Amino acid sequence: MLGKTAAGLFWMFRYLERGENGARLLEAGFRIALTRSATASAEWKSILATSGALADYEAGHDDYHSDTVISFLLRDKSNPASVINNMKAARDNARLVRTALTREVWEATNEAWITLQDLLAKPVRQRDLPDALTVIRQQMAVVRGAMAGTMLRNDGYNFARLGMFLERADNTSRILDVKYFLLLPSFAQIGSSLDQVQWETILRSVSARRAYRWLYGTDINPMNVAEFLILHPQMPRSLAFCSQKIMNNLAHLELDYGVENQSCRMAKAHYQMLKDSNIDGIFEQGLHEFVGSFLIDNGALASQIQHDYRF
Amino acid sequence: MNDFFDEMLDPAGSGDAAKMRGPYVDYGRWFETEDPHRIHQKALQAEAFFRKTGITFNVYGSQDADERLIPFDVVPRIISAGEWRKLSRGIEQRVRALNAFLHDIYHRQEILRAGRIPVELISNNVAFLPQMVGVDPPGRIYTHIIGTDIVRTGPDDFFVLEDNARTPSGVSYMLENRETMLHMFPELFSQIQVREVSSYPANLNRSLSACAPPACNGKPVVAVLTPGIHNSAYFEHSFLADQMGAELVEGHDLRVVDGRIAMRTTQGYTAIDVLYRRVDDDYLDPLNFKPESMLGVPGIFDVYRAGGITIANAPGTGIADDKALYSYMPDIIEFYTGEKPLLNNVPTWRCSEPDQLQYVLDHLAELVVKEVHGSGGYGMLVGPAASKKEVKAFREKLKARPANYIAQPTLALSTVPVFTKKGLSPRHVDLRPFVLMSPDRIEITPGGLTRVAMTQGSLVVNSSQGGGTKDTWVLEE
Repeated sequence: MLGKTAAGLFWMFRYLERGENGARLLEAGFRIALTRSATASAEWKSILATSGALADYEAGHDDYHSDTVISFLLRDKSNPASVINNMKAARDNARLVRTALTREVWEATNEAWITLQDLLAKPVRQRDLPDALTVIRQQMAVVRGAMAGTMLRNDGYNFARLGMFLERADNTSRILDVKYFLLLPSFAQIGSSLDQVQWETILRSVSARRAYRWLYGTDINPMNVAEFLILHPQMPRSLAFCSQKIMNNLAHLELDYGVENQSCRMAKAHYQMLKDSNIDGIFEQGLHEFVGSFLIDNGALASQIQHDYRF
Repeated sequence: MNDFFDEMLDPAGSGDAAKMRGPYVDYGRWFETEDPHRIHQKALQAEAFFRKTGITFNVYGSQDADERLIPFDVVPRIISAGEWRKLSRGIEQRVRALNAFLHDIYHRQEILRAGRIPVELISNNVAFLPQMVGVDPPGRIYTHIIGTDIVRTGPDDFFVLEDNARTPSGVSYMLENRETMLHMFPELFSQIQVREVSSYPANLNRSLSACAPPACNGKPVVAVLTPGIHNSAYFEHSFLADQMGAELVEGHDLRVVDGRIAMRTTQGYTAIDVLYRRVDDDYLDPLNFKPESMLGVPGIFDVYRAGGITIANAPGTGIADDKALYSYMPDIIEFYTGEKPLLNNVPTWRCSEPDQLQYVLDHLAELVVKEVHGSGGYGMLVGPAASKKEVKAFREKLKARPANYIAQPTLALSTVPVFTKKGLSPRHVDLRPFVLMSPDRIEITPGGLTRVAMTQGSLVVNSSQGGGTKDTWVLEE
């Protein structure tokens, strides 16, 4: 497979994941803006920070009106992190690697792009937002479904999955990075009135409220939320889960190519570190520091993969 | 519209069925029993299908619509077995002559010695590539892929308008048009025996592989070289690579490794044997041609000369479809095949010759004037369709650089109806059959791409100028 093709698949699925996460964050933010208008500005600000778009936003805007932020995150072409731009980048990469995609995956991607273009051509009114976000998530799910159902489990598939899980781990750790103070035990002791709703928002931003309840019951406490997002091996957006998938995909590639690589060694060490951790230890070390170093390691791993496989 | 030959409807015929010309009789019978509303629905479906599949082309110089759909018409263009036999024989003769001409012109230049064409026509021609002199392309094939543009003016009057011997495009539309028709009107294909086109990609692969260079060991590795996703024909490049199971590469994926051209893969560098390039000569190799090109591969031409790779089509084939040379095609065919041309050339005035230039200037409003090195319908004058002002401006350009132009009569291109909301309506068409050449055979896919001017009365069929396409049927014997 061409290095360029591997890069195209990797980035296609990274951008797709990024776009989907953006839509999910928006959903969580919109919810809190509706139910707690007093804290809406702070919430939008942290969502902008999580998307890595805060500086760009503040350069052009003075306030955090829901409509303005939503439009910026959803459809602003000048915002590189907007959902529409991520979709475009995913589709451009798909076009570049069309020959490495099944017809179904390509068509699903192209259709998602066409649909989002139409959907986001004009500003989305608040009353239409929930429907619009549903359509976006569905369109992206169709691409993922087409991939699961039709792609050969070959090197190309592994590169696509690597892009997806690296991006997802990055996204979850960004949420943790921005919201870490809400999860500190000291915060719970203070017993602030923000409590439940804030934690719920975090769960909502990873679409995992129900999953959390299955595992931990209805009582939401910050220690459990942190453990769930960082260490839980069954939670498909947790750092440990993503890390394991990344390691497996790299191991498949090694097996496929018959060559050992630095990236796979790094991924194994990374995963082992998470596996050996427990949530008390992480808090002892400092949640903020832990997440910060995870983000750095995750970025380094992505660079090493691009180097090892000649992107 | 009586001045034009309509390929489907015979105005002299009486009664609905009698109006249909031979090849269209069965189709006409089907069409008359169809509900126009259903056909209209199918036409909309076809458009949605093209959009969904991303069968698009990019238009240079248009800002907004980065990718555009080529209009597709649901009424097929039908060619009888007899007509096709005649056409394909003529095309084969022509292609054979072109390849022989290229070999000669880059070696002994017998045709110049024999005085059959003027030496200046070659020596002063920018399409002539001096670097190719003395180079032997693998299998002696220069024109692996040719698209011969043919127009028709009457029942038996076919003319070759142009021999596209560089990188003819459009074959993906030929294939997708047929797929679309099969999908929309399967019943038609069970009633009418149409020759298939779908083996083109496999034939292309086989044909290219048969031209593998001496350095190839084992099964030839074929790759398609594209300028990238912003090129107008990117869809076609990826389509062909996909259908052939070949890699789609760009210049920056390639480099010279141990005297071969190799592509950067996730497992290191892999040598390529045959490169089907969709990049012009000038951009192929910054070391040997345009130094500023970012599209090509530095040093590829040296590898080529040493027999390390096959480039299809060979560099320098542009001299064969040069419009200044076109008027000499009958001589070229006779010289190399010893036969009279089977297909007509369009009468052509060479503006480089003073008396012919005078004629052209005197009759500018009736003629079509083309740039010698132009293509895609850019930079040409269609006299009868141009305003007085346009004709005047063109006259000045012509006088300033006469050798840059040729002129031809405005041909009364045949029409084939398109489906409109108001029923069938005639539109002008041309035809581009695709020819594959390898050392052991010449293959012409039955049919080709029919381009159709979607505006009533318009004679310009180029997709860059708003033209559309039709599925082209050649009937079984």
